[in-house]
Amino acid sequence: MSNHQENSYFGGLFSGIKSLAIGLYTTMRELFVKKITQEYPENRAELKMFDRFRGSLIMPHNENNEHKCISCHLCEKACPNDTIKVIDEVIEVDGKKKKILGVYEYNLGKCMFCMLCTQACPQDAIEFDQSFENAVFDRNVLNMRLNAEGSKCVERKPAPKPAPAKPVTAQSETTATPAPATATANEVKSESPTPEPVVTPKSETSADKEN
Amino acid sequence: MILDPQLIAPSALKATMAQLKAEGFDFLVHLTGMDWGEEGFGVVYQLENTTTGEHRSYRTVTADREHPMLPTVSDLWEIGNIYEREVYDFFGIIFTGHPDMRRIFLREDWVGYPLRKDDKTEEQNPFKLENAELADTTTQYDVQEDGTVTTKQNIVFEEDDYVINFGPQHPSTHGVLHFRIAVEGERIKKIDPVLGYIHRSIEKINEGMTYPQTLALTERMDYLSAMQNRHALCMVIEQAMGVEVSDRVQVIRTIMDELQRIDSHLLYFSCLCQDMGATTPFLYGFRDRELVLDIFEETTGGRLIFNYNTIGGVMHDLHPNFCRRVKEFIPVMRKNLKEYHDIFTGNVIFQNRSKGVGVLTKEEVINLGCTGGTGRAAGWHNDLRKLRPYAAYDRVDFKEITFTEGDSFARYMVRLLEIEESLHIIEQLIDNIPDGATQEKMKPIIKVPEGRFYAAVESSRGQFGVYLESNGDKSPYRLHYRSVGLPLVYAMDKACRGNFIADFVTIGGTFDYIVPDVDR
Amino acid sequence: MFDFSIVTQWIHSFLLTTLGLPEWLTILTESVLVALVIITLYAIFAIVLIYMERKVCAAFQCRLGPNRVGKWGLLQVFSDVFKMLQKEIIKMRNSDRFLHDLAPYFMVAASMITFACLPWNKGAHMLDFNIGIFFILAISSVSVVGILLAGWGSNSKYPLIGAMRSGAQIISYELSIGLTMLTVVAMTGTMQISEIVEQQYEEGWNLFRGHIPAIIAFIIYLIAGNAECNRGPFDLPEGESELTAGYHTEYSGMHFGYFYLAEYLNLFITAGIATTVFLGGWSPLHIPSFDGFNHIMDMVPGAVWFIGKTMFVVFLLMWERWSFPRLRIDQILTLEWKYLMPISLVNLLLMATLVAFGLHF
Repeated sequence: MSNHQENSYFGGLFSGIKSLAIGLYTTMRELFVKKITQEYPENRAELKMFDRFRGSLIMPHNENNEHKCISCHLCEKACPNDTIKVIDEVIEVDGKKKKILGVYEYNLGKCMFCMLCTQACPQDAIEFDQSFENAVFDRNVLNMRLNAEGSKCVERKPAPKPAPAKPVTAQSETTATPAPATATANEVKSESPTPEPVVTPKSETSADKEN
Repeated sequence: MILDPQLIAPSALKATMAQLKAEGFDFLVHLTGMDWGEEGFGVVYQLENTTTGEHRSYRTVTADREHPMLPTVSDLWEIGNIYEREVYDFFGIIFTGHPDMRRIFLREDWVGYPLRKDDKTEEQNPFKLENAELADTTTQYDVQEDGTVTTKQNIVFEEDDYVINFGPQHPSTHGVLHFRIAVEGERIKKIDPVLGYIHRSIEKINEGMTYPQTLALTERMDYLSAMQNRHALCMVIEQAMGVEVSDRVQVIRTIMDELQRIDSHLLYFSCLCQDMGATTPFLYGFRDRELVLDIFEETTGGRLIFNYNTIGGVMHDLHPNFCRRVKEFIPVMRKNLKEYHDIFTGNVIFQNRSKGVGVLTKEEVINLGCTGGTGRAAGWHNDLRKLRPYAAYDRVDFKEITFTEGDSFARYMVRLLEIEESLHIIEQLIDNIPDGATQEKMKPIIKVPEGRFYAAVESSRGQFGVYLESNGDKSPYRLHYRSVGLPLVYAMDKACRGNFIADFVTIGGTFDYIVPDVDR
Repeated sequence: MFDFSIVTQWIHSFLLTTLGLPEWLTILTESVLVALVIITLYAIFAIVLIYMERKVCAAFQCRLGPNRVGKWGLLQVFSDVFKMLQKEIIKMRNSDRFLHDLAPYFMVAASMITFACLPWNKGAHMLDFNIGIFFILAISSVSVVGILLAGWGSNSKYPLIGAMRSGAQIISYELSIGLTMLTVVAMTGTMQISEIVEQQYEEGWNLFRGHIPAIIAFIIYLIAGNAECNRGPFDLPEGESELTAGYHTEYSGMHFGYFYLAEYLNLFITAGIATTVFLGGWSPLHIPSFDGFNHIMDMVPGAVWFIGKTMFVVFLLMWERWSFPRLRIDQILTLEWKYLMPISLVNLLLMATLVAFGLHF
């Protein structure tokens, strides 16, 4: 059961002792090198995550408490986990009905950080931040509201904005199509309330039906 | 590659398969259960001739949706045994002549077959809190000459076997894996794996997802081959759609795959040390793995789940610091590899515990479908990077590490030497990454044309394949992964018999299965 | 050298004459005092060793080790002990309750009695009689009974396998320990611990006096001693990655704590006996014909010498533990029966020759 190339009794003994001595020497050398432990709460000040690190989804607001979300639901549809819930609010502006963002709900506990939502967003309204201390005692706390209380969508110039010049990704292509529609002040059009969804909502039944 | 499986009638299956085996198709790559609706249930077989490298696919179908039965191929290819149990578990196809028709992933008291398109999984299976006893006997179905089906009971464990449960919570099963081991004193008599403790049914979930959404789940299978798994799925979708990614993307993907391989092999080394009670080298391995993870994190934003490959490209371009960091890392890694050899490889205790232990011969590894390092340790040249070069592997020079011993030590050495080869590959590519787009333009809704497709990559621990069957929709009709770990777990029985309990831990460590990949 | 027996004599006479206690009450009082001292020292050394092990192992592994509780993590062990004291002792349904609960006391008792045999200073040994070495060997092997009882009484598969391994291992390695001890006894001509140390104080440490055979015996003793206290690379009775925790898998709370305590104290005892027998116990380092140096060395109290040397040996054992992978049961037995035992026998013969021809120093 032991080694296949049978060593002689003393040969095996001495080569064994030699290998053990090399091992001991290696650990002894390691005893004097600089230790690699990071002392976490103490090094908080200099601990910085990489820019591309995905901590948690946020919706940046400017100084006037305005965000960029136009409530197009593309992120909600792109999400594989139903992490995002966009709840609309319909207000009346100059006698016209206008759909704006009511509550943007995000469940950090369900999120798997696949970035499909940020890619789907035509307005770059959402992004991932570098926070990493996301542990909480109550899982309900992970259910977050991303748009601030009383915030509103940033006013856009009437001229249609060209498609955002982000690196082209699978979903950002679509942004070219809905951009003119969304730029004209988010009016609720009875025939097409939202831009053509990139991703139709997934459902268990759809797979069954297709057979 | 585009598959065009030839249809074989169930009655002719046995003879055709036996003939193919005799012709030299000795490697059953894949066995995919299918629910073709009206057409009935079926199986897609993918065979490979390991001497010529020829790849063929066949399919068989039975129209009987009530009691689907197909003849087994487990007597020809041993790995068919566990593949067919998986198909039985999810599709309810009974393989006649199979010696062990038990469920493998699901509880034994499960009702229905969840991957059937008409299965009402949740209605039939309310959440259960009580324990399901594991049976010690199993059923074999045989078709007699007159066409009747007889059943017979086979015994898994005898009444007076001393059966130890290794897992589902055990430090050296590397995850929630459960082995039932019959021992005689310290010697192992038989091993029976009980799987499915973390089965998430990724294949079923994928059927309701769009293609971009399916990508995210690949990384949650073999988390130490996350990059390569996602690469495989992207590759199969790109091939199916006829998308050509730029040279830059190919090179980036190659470098990332190799970094991932280093990452995985470092963890392999660490965990093997830990399994064998050497805690110090364990931490040395982790110390160096941290460097790789930092490189990954800077470019991809993730340390374990990278989320980097996309259909037609990669998520971000390389970070400006990437090349510098990688070039700094290579010499450090080379130096530390020497330290690993000093402290662990040469150690007489390790050598005695690994040489000649858990031997699998070349015929056995092929028959058992053990790809990757485990196969190469037995002398099977199965490196897909050499056999069917993909991405940028055709333009780099590297050695395929093979041994002939097939024991634990050879399996260990394959991994450590592969780290060096990976460093060598990265070195060749890092200085001349071509310019180009990092993302091809894709349609807003990605639809894959109708057909059956297969792509495989050499993941950190073997051939990771993706079988995609599409009917032209925006979600796959069936997406099946060739798990690398499943054959390895199945091969544990063969490798461990007659060895000590302590060897079971070493052999498991050197086999290097990842449980989420086994369970999917 | 300061003779500690002055203190003990004074206490004795203080109790007997100054307080006028009867003879039996004096002895009883002294026994209680000594027992208190043993238990206190036992606890202190356990804590010191656990802390030391954590720090040393961390240093070998490029880590810092405990550094959260108290300055430099000094209070870590105390908080662990406190936690363990609070934990419930779980009563399992199908275990043999009596044997299961008895096992940890065997472990602790065995190591405590052996602990009492160590010579701390000139005149400071608690148990000292003419068959001291023999007594140590006998008592320290009682712990195997504890391990076997733990494995059997738990009525669980992992502990049983662990206990069986341990039985085979400890009984085998007793042999080497006995033979190496015999080697030294052949040279010193006495088994009384105080005399062995006294002799080394007069004539130099046994390791140097007996040169080649003594050094071989010392190394074999360290290996076998390490195996005796079930520490890595011989920790396969616990074999954490194979048998989860081996024979004490099913223990919780302070019952587990006793096993843990005994493990560390056995380490100290192994090192302590090595110090006593080979490294001169409390006797300071003397270099012949360097009288000034020898005089300065004599200024350092014997207890410091003893603890210092013991800690050094403990460090050697820790170094070994954190460098090597675990052996397998057949390799452990091969090592003992194929290598250590024959070598010890030859070594004993060599020593006997040396003594017969007066070739030692």
